[in-house]
Amino acid sequence: MELLSSILKNLPDAAALGLVWGIMAIGVYITFKILDIPDMTVDGTFALGGCLVAATVSAGWNPVASTLLSILCGMAAGLVTGILHTKLKIPAILAGILTMLALYSTNLMIMGGKSNIGLSQFGEQKVDTILDSISAIFGMSAKTTNIVLGVVIAALMILILYWFFGTELGSLIRATGINEAMVRAQGGNTEGMKIIGLIIANGFVALSGALVAQIQRYGDVGMGTGTIVIGLASIIIGEVLLGKKSSFKVRLISVFLGSIIYRVIIAVVLLLGFNPNNLKLLTALLVVIALSIPVAREYMMEKKRMKANLKKYEEAE
Amino acid sequence: MLVLKDVCKTFNKGSANEKVALRDVSLTVKEGEFITVIGGNGAGKSTMLNVISGSFPVDSGMIKIGGENVTAQSEHVRAKRVGRVFQDPMRGTAGDMWIEENLAIAWRRGKRRGLKWGVTKEEREMYKKMLKPFDLGLEDRLSTKVSLLSGGQRQALTLLMATAQKPDLLLLDEHTAALDPKTAAKVLAMTDELIKEQGLTAIMITHNMKDAIKYGNRLIMMMDGRIIYDVSGEEKQKLQVSDLLKKFETSTGEEFANDRMLLI
Repeated sequence: MELLSSILKNLPDAAALGLVWGIMAIGVYITFKILDIPDMTVDGTFALGGCLVAATVSAGWNPVASTLLSILCGMAAGLVTGILHTKLKIPAILAGILTMLALYSTNLMIMGGKSNIGLSQFGEQKVDTILDSISAIFGMSAKTTNIVLGVVIAALMILILYWFFGTELGSLIRATGINEAMVRAQGGNTEGMKIIGLIIANGFVALSGALVAQIQRYGDVGMGTGTIVIGLASIIIGEVLLGKKSSFKVRLISVFLGSIIYRVIIAVVLLLGFNPNNLKLLTALLVVIALSIPVAREYMMEKKRMKANLKKYEEAE
Repeated sequence: MLVLKDVCKTFNKGSANEKVALRDVSLTVKEGEFITVIGGNGAGKSTMLNVISGSFPVDSGMIKIGGENVTAQSEHVRAKRVGRVFQDPMRGTAGDMWIEENLAIAWRRGKRRGLKWGVTKEEREMYKKMLKPFDLGLEDRLSTKVSLLSGGQRQALTLLMATAQKPDLLLLDEHTAALDPKTAAKVLAMTDELIKEQGLTAIMITHNMKDAIKYGNRLIMMMDGRIIYDVSGEEKQKLQVSDLLKKFETSTGEEFANDRMLLI
C-alpha cells in the first residue's frame, strides 16, 4: 500500500519526463521507422543538447536562446551523419557512430573540459531555465510546469510532424524509407531525402536533451549513452499499446505514450529498490525481449505446424 | 527523341567476373516509336534500359533524350523525362503507402516538391478518373495501402504512375514477366492502349516473341551486348516467329538449346 502511494506520487514526474524524452523518441522514430536508418548519432546529439544548454545557461544566456541553439547544433550533427552516409557511402550505423564519437569530444569542449555542469547556481545568482521562466510567468509550481510544458511541446511536435509528413516533401521522405528505386524513378533525390530526415530527427533529439538538462538541472557528457535504445523501447512499448498498423497520427501519439510508460516502469523499478546502475541493462533487456517476441512466436507456430504435419503421416503408417 | 551513340558498359571490370554488357551500342529512336526488344539472357537488354534511365553510368559513349545530353545526369534528374516500369511489381510502388499517395508522388515527377499538402482534393478526383478505365476497382480504394494489391494491380498502378506526367520516353523492362499469363495479357493490352492514346515513345523488353511482333512498330534483337537486328515499318508487320528464330540461329551459329528466348 505504501509502495502504491509512492508510485502514484511519482507518476506526475514520470509523465513529465516521459513527454520530454518522448521528443527524442520521435526523433528515433523518424530515422529508424520512417527512413529505415538506425541512426546512432542520437546518443551524441542528446548529450549535445544537454551540454550546450548547461554551458550557455550557466554562463548567463537566455534559456530560450540556448535551447534554440541546441536544436540548430543537433540539426548540424544530423547533417554531418547524412553527408557521411550518402555522399561518402559510409554505412549508416558507422556514420552515426563516427559523429557520435566526435560529439563526445565536442561536448567536453563546449563545457570547457568539465564532464558536467550544474544549473542551480551562477555565482551568487540563481540560474533560470525555461521552466523557471514559465513557472514564474504563470505562477505554477515546478512540477506542474514540467507537465504542462511537456504536454504543450508534445502536442506541438505531433501537429508539426503530422503536417510535415503529409506534405509533398514529407511524403517523398516516407517513400524513400520504403522503396528507394521507386522514389528515384519518380524523380526524387533519395540522398537529399535521407539527409533532410536525419537533420530533422537530430534537431528533435537535441531539443529533448536540452529540455531534460533543464529539468534535471545539470548537463552531463555521458547523459546520451543508450539514447537510441531508450527511443526504441518507447517506440516498441507504444506499438504494443496502440498497435503497429494504426494511422500515422496515432503512431506519433503512441511514441509519446510509450515514452511515458517507459519512465513509469523505470520509476517503479527504482522504488522497488533496483540498483540505478543496472537501469541500462534493464532497458537493453526490455528491447531485446520486445524484439524477440515476434520471432519466438513464429518459431513456436512453425514447430507446432510441423508436428501436426508429421503426426498425420505417422498415423497413416 | 532518344539517341545512344557508341555506348559501352562492362561490369566488374578487371575481375574474374568481368562481363561486357554493351558493346558500342548506337540507336536512334524517333518520336512516337514503340520498340520491342528481344534477346537471350545476358544479351544486354536490361543494361541498355538501365543506362538510358541512369541507374548506372556508361563507361563510354553518349546518351541524348529529347535533344538534351543526359550522359552525366543522375537517375533522379533524368526521371523527369523518363517513365519506368520494372519487372518486379514491388519495385515501382511504395507498398506501405496509399494508392493516392503513390499517385501523388508520380504526379509530381519533374516538378519541385515543397511544403504544400501532398495530395489535394482535386487530385483525388483526377486519380479516380485515371484509374477508372483500368477496370480494376482501384478508383474506390484510393486510401488502400498498395501492399494489399495483387502483382497485376501493382503493375497497372506503376504503369499509370510512369505515364501520369507524360514522359518523353517510357521504359518497360519485362514488366509482365512476373505476372500470370492472363494478367500479363491484360497489363500488356493496357500498356499498348496507353502508348497509343498518349502517343508515347516507348521501349519494351519482352521474352515473348509473339508479343514482340504483335506490339509496337519497331523490333530490336540483341545478342552479346550488340543490336543484331533492327526492323520497322512494313517489314516488322510481316514478321513471323519463325523469321526471328532463323535470324537468331544464323547470328549465333547454334541451335536453340535451353534459352529462355524459346518461350514463344
